[in-house]
Amino acid sequence: MNNFTVEAIELTRLYGGREAVSNVSFTLSKGEVLGFLGPNGAGKSTTMKMLTGNLAPSNGSVKICGIDMMENPKEAKALIGYLPEMRPLYKELTVDEYLTVAARLHRVSSGNIKKAVEIAKERCGLGHMSKRLIENLSNGYQQRVGIAQAIIHNPMVVILDEPTVGLDPIQIRDIRALIRELGSDYSVIISTHILPEVEMVCDRVQIIDKGKLVFNGAIDVLKKQRVGNKLLIGMHNPPSVDAMLKIAGITEAEALAGGLMRVRFAEDATPAEAIVQAAVKHNWGLHQIAPDQTSLEDVFMQLTYQEQSEF
Amino acid sequence: MIINVARKELKSVFASPMGWVILSLLMFAFGTYYLNGVNDYFAVMSGAMRPAERTGVTQFVAQTVYGLASFIMLFAVPLLSMRLISEERRSQTLPFLFSAPISLTEIVLGKFVGLVAFLSILIVFIALMLSTLNIWSDIDFGFIIANSIGLWLLVASFSALGLYFSSLTQQPVVAAILTFVALFALMILDRFFAGDPSNTLASLSLMRHFQSFSSGLIDSGDIAYFVLFITTFLTLTVRRLDADRLRG
Repeated sequence: MNNFTVEAIELTRLYGGREAVSNVSFTLSKGEVLGFLGPNGAGKSTTMKMLTGNLAPSNGSVKICGIDMMENPKEAKALIGYLPEMRPLYKELTVDEYLTVAARLHRVSSGNIKKAVEIAKERCGLGHMSKRLIENLSNGYQQRVGIAQAIIHNPMVVILDEPTVGLDPIQIRDIRALIRELGSDYSVIISTHILPEVEMVCDRVQIIDKGKLVFNGAIDVLKKQRVGNKLLIGMHNPPSVDAMLKIAGITEAEALAGGLMRVRFAEDATPAEAIVQAAVKHNWGLHQIAPDQTSLEDVFMQLTYQEQSEF
Repeated sequence: MIINVARKELKSVFASPMGWVILSLLMFAFGTYYLNGVNDYFAVMSGAMRPAERTGVTQFVAQTVYGLASFIMLFAVPLLSMRLISEERRSQTLPFLFSAPISLTEIVLGKFVGLVAFLSILIVFIALMLSTLNIWSDIDFGFIIANSIGLWLLVASFSALGLYFSSLTQQPVVAAILTFVALFALMILDRFFAGDPSNTLASLSLMRHFQSFSSGLIDSGDIAYFVLFITTFLTLTVRRLDADRLRG
């Protein structure tokens, strides 16, 4: 037995001949937070629906802690907590009533229901909202009820579909902190199209575009791609590219508009000092030198763009 | 698990005034008919001189009340059943049930049991109300029991059909109208074949199978009809929900 909590094997889903998700395979281990990234309509929600057994895959299979979702749906579903994109809340019930229903349906034994509801409320900061009707709660609190509902039965895997959509910045911060916290106990999968969010909460990232997985790896890999060995230099009298390349360690230089120049240097080289000295010597009028960070957006664009160019 | 889904349904019904209002209004209507029945009984029976014209007080009063009940349920059940699945579809709460460790059959049965349990409250109350006649008279409990079973099977059939139509649409009102039209057609089907009572289509009529119960007769053939009717529509509902999962 391996220790994967989630195994998706060649998941494919057809909608009337069009592949919404094609051949997506990945695994998730205990205690990991997996970020699912992708532009709108890339197939994030469809994949999540298949993982939770809400949608039957056209091909491929899902295993939760080794239990096949198709063969033993009840056992597999008992191990999952799922918050769909549209919060499935019964708005005519109070928070307590709703969470009790959720606990009962998720087979929490009747003696433990009260305790499970209390713990879930506490984790999601809902303690003082117990007797309120869900209908009257603010968007952010409704979202918390949604998350509480997903973790009430202590699942092995928590799957949250766009948990921070439509919330205000403070609420987003709280929810992110909560997800981080959940990540230490459960395996968490969240989907989003907000890139910094992934960087903040996830250990691993998957980028999906047009139903295909285009990137799957640790968040550090993505970050490295982002920071890179690059410097952005601003000068009043920029030299030619050739002059710049003469400085030891610099492998590539590119002149940009407005006197800016982007240089790439070899691994282990620290050419910053040499550049400053050269700038002083040749009177380039140096006014700015900083590590050049491609934004995560750029990396994301690159990855999804490459995919497009294949067609 | 079926019980847990049923409890959730009952909680939803009683969480809004809807459930209480329907219960009280219907009981008011039945109570009025019961009172009229008792009054009329004396008026009619004092005029009936020959023994052949006389009927028992149970039959006289209960027939009025159960006749009204079967007719009112035709309107009440679609109103109650319309929300069961279509409302969940519309407010996108179905994934909550689908991702819980319960099978589709359990979901459908749970919803069905929840609605029938609610309606059973009315049936029990009607039976209790009619039993109060026993205080000053000696009534025929068998007649009331037969009628209660008949009415119970009738509303359970209504509920099964309503549940199915509710699973077809996102709009509760559409579900209610479809259910009502279908039920009404099934109720009056035998009227079209009044000249030919042995016609197969006529025996599909819900009313015809209720008639033997309303005259105090528990016929296993009629019970079988109702059970088959309920099973058919519950199975169709399960299949409809399964299609959601398969086709998305």
